[in-house]
Amino acid sequence: MRVDSLDPVTITYLDCAATNPMRPAAIEAMLPYLREDYANPSGSHRFARRARRAIDESRDVVAAIVGCQPGEVVFTGGGTESDNMAVVGAVRRTGGAAVCTAVEHPAVLEVVELHGGVVVGVDHVGRVDLDELTAVLEERGPEVAIVSVMAVNNEVGTINDIEAVARIVRRHAPHALLHSDAVQAACWLDLRDVTRHVDLMSLSAHKFGGPKGVGVLVERGGARVDPLIVGGGQERQRRSGTQNTGGIVATAVALELTDAERVAEAVRLTPIRDRLVGRLTTEVDDCIETVPAEYKVAGSAHVCFDGLESEALLFLLDEDGICASAASSCASGAMDPSHVLAAMGVPRERAVGALRLTLGHETSDDHIDRAADVIVAAVAKLRR
Amino acid sequence: MRVMCAMSGGVDSSVAALLLKEAGHDVVGVTMKLWGGESDTGCCSVSDVDDARRVAQQLDIDHLVFNFGDDFNEHVVEPYVAAHSQGITPNPCIECNRSIKFARLAERADLLGFDAVATGHHAIIGRTATGAYTIERGADAGKDQSYVVHMLDQAQLARTMFPVGRMQKTELRSIAAAIGLRTATKPDSQDVCFITSTGGRATFLGDRIPFRPATVVDGDGDRLGEVEAVELVTVGQRKRLGLPGGGPKRYAIGVDVDAAVVTVGSETDLLRTELDVANITWVDAPQVDGPTAERRPADRVLVQTSAHGTPHAAKITAAGEGLNVLWDSEQRVVAPGQSVVFYDLTDRLVLGGGIAR
Repeated sequence: MRVDSLDPVTITYLDCAATNPMRPAAIEAMLPYLREDYANPSGSHRFARRARRAIDESRDVVAAIVGCQPGEVVFTGGGTESDNMAVVGAVRRTGGAAVCTAVEHPAVLEVVELHGGVVVGVDHVGRVDLDELTAVLEERGPEVAIVSVMAVNNEVGTINDIEAVARIVRRHAPHALLHSDAVQAACWLDLRDVTRHVDLMSLSAHKFGGPKGVGVLVERGGARVDPLIVGGGQERQRRSGTQNTGGIVATAVALELTDAERVAEAVRLTPIRDRLVGRLTTEVDDCIETVPAEYKVAGSAHVCFDGLESEALLFLLDEDGICASAASSCASGAMDPSHVLAAMGVPRERAVGALRLTLGHETSDDHIDRAADVIVAAVAKLRR
Repeated sequence: MRVMCAMSGGVDSSVAALLLKEAGHDVVGVTMKLWGGESDTGCCSVSDVDDARRVAQQLDIDHLVFNFGDDFNEHVVEPYVAAHSQGITPNPCIECNRSIKFARLAERADLLGFDAVATGHHAIIGRTATGAYTIERGADAGKDQSYVVHMLDQAQLARTMFPVGRMQKTELRSIAAAIGLRTATKPDSQDVCFITSTGGRATFLGDRIPFRPATVVDGDGDRLGEVEAVELVTVGQRKRLGLPGGGPKRYAIGVDVDAAVVTVGSETDLLRTELDVANITWVDAPQVDGPTAERRPADRVLVQTSAHGTPHAAKITAAGEGLNVLWDSEQRVVAPGQSVVFYDLTDRLVLGGGIAR
């Protein structure tokens, strides 16, 4: 069957790590600020105060869920901006070096490399190599400005032990800031368990059912980095630019719903995800689960098909209405070989056959059956 | 038919996609990411991909990007670099057509259920009375690209389309402008895609192979000067030979990379009566790996030795694995590695081609 429409009945969306559909309540919550309550929150009139209040209330909500003080929440223009601000801001503030893992999102990795930082390897499932991190910090600890370790990997879904990372950083680089890109963690982990160990944490609203173009950077316990965007002094001088009132309000609503449903969603989706991976690995020859379920979040399925190319597979899946992905996409839309899989030691010839299927709050049992049927048939077609 | 149209982001392939769609085909546009190196302005020539995608949107066809960077590096860039270190100057665009566009992309298209691959090349695919496919020169003589697609055989031609081959470039631009395609006035690409206009070939090769200085001598072996990189000297070259100005025009008439000696001489020293050609392919060949020199379709042919060079009459005879070209009148020496393409005596049909030795 060729699918030409975006009819939700015929589309099976399994790309939730790329973005999640906005939660209807979040859409409803932002609309008033696009229509009647459009005032600039920095204004001095009653109209402006309404917008300002909406932002401050949203900040309270976000702070409570991530486990920090409201004054520690900075709203930004997205996850990439939050990550950039953390790394660049820390390096600029102290002149020190940046350290991150080899599997970070490019929003961190590219910035660290751009500033001549140190990249630490990972193990075969994508967890930061704690021994290597220790060695790097033992050697360069005093000059390290920031260590950035993602809470959950965006490609393979692997969870890092941020508490263990924090112990190492505090011991060997007590002056360094610890940042965690928690963009992929918001749907699956209790963010309070990440926040308590770090100085800086990044979130992206659209990954948890909020709007695109809104991010959060948590700056905890007096941790300060230089602002990336300067001007009007909004967000307490941390991030200038007129606030995106509606987007911030919707972000808080989406995060609140995500947090409330988080445990139940993991319980609901784990068997669904396991069934999907199980079908693929049993019904398709030479289909390897990249990271065992025990190491990763409930919404992530990632497999490699030997002797296959993701680009070809994704074309056939797309034709049949299955929205999936391979590695991260570059700006042109071309698929570059995954730096994450390379860092994990997955051979390149296997990595080119990667398929990432990520589940979210709208994913159902039916989606999984349909996706598995289509994928099995598509692989057979490509291997004929 | 389901047609995969290779869209480079230029006007030719934009209009090719348009014509295919208007002809009722089920068209998907594909831009290949081939080179992520220095010469790109950003990630994967983002602006060209942007142009191709926007045109596809305007035509209401799907657009995909395929990353064939590894293949391009293996089959085009690395051989290009290796050849230079042996004093051979290949045409990378032809090698890209041979191993990427009409091989890698065509195989992908086949795998995905497409009936044909279309490109914006200015050449015409025709049929003979017996049903055989032919390659003819494009209708716009100034833009004819039959030279760079000469390696296609019958099996490939059966699954290839050149929708703009019968059009004039001006006509094609006005069609693109009429429906508001952003590529309508985009200049033709001129240079090898992986070599920057600022750094040029010297910078590109210099980053990849060690250059060796060479002695420049005359026909008697007397030393006249020196060049910094023997790998950058091509037979027929007149400039950058390390010779003082003034005096008679002198050309590189021989390049011995192993001995690091460049021999220079007068223009008449460049003239040759013969040319040896290897790696022969014939358009009428039934399959990719079948062509042999014995299968030549004609003795007397027109021979073209550069993309927009003038074809000259010659007699071709089998010589070992390749062919010997005996010019009717003396012609300038052809640098080893250049593609040599045979046309029929009416200068319309491509018969086949090979690589100058």
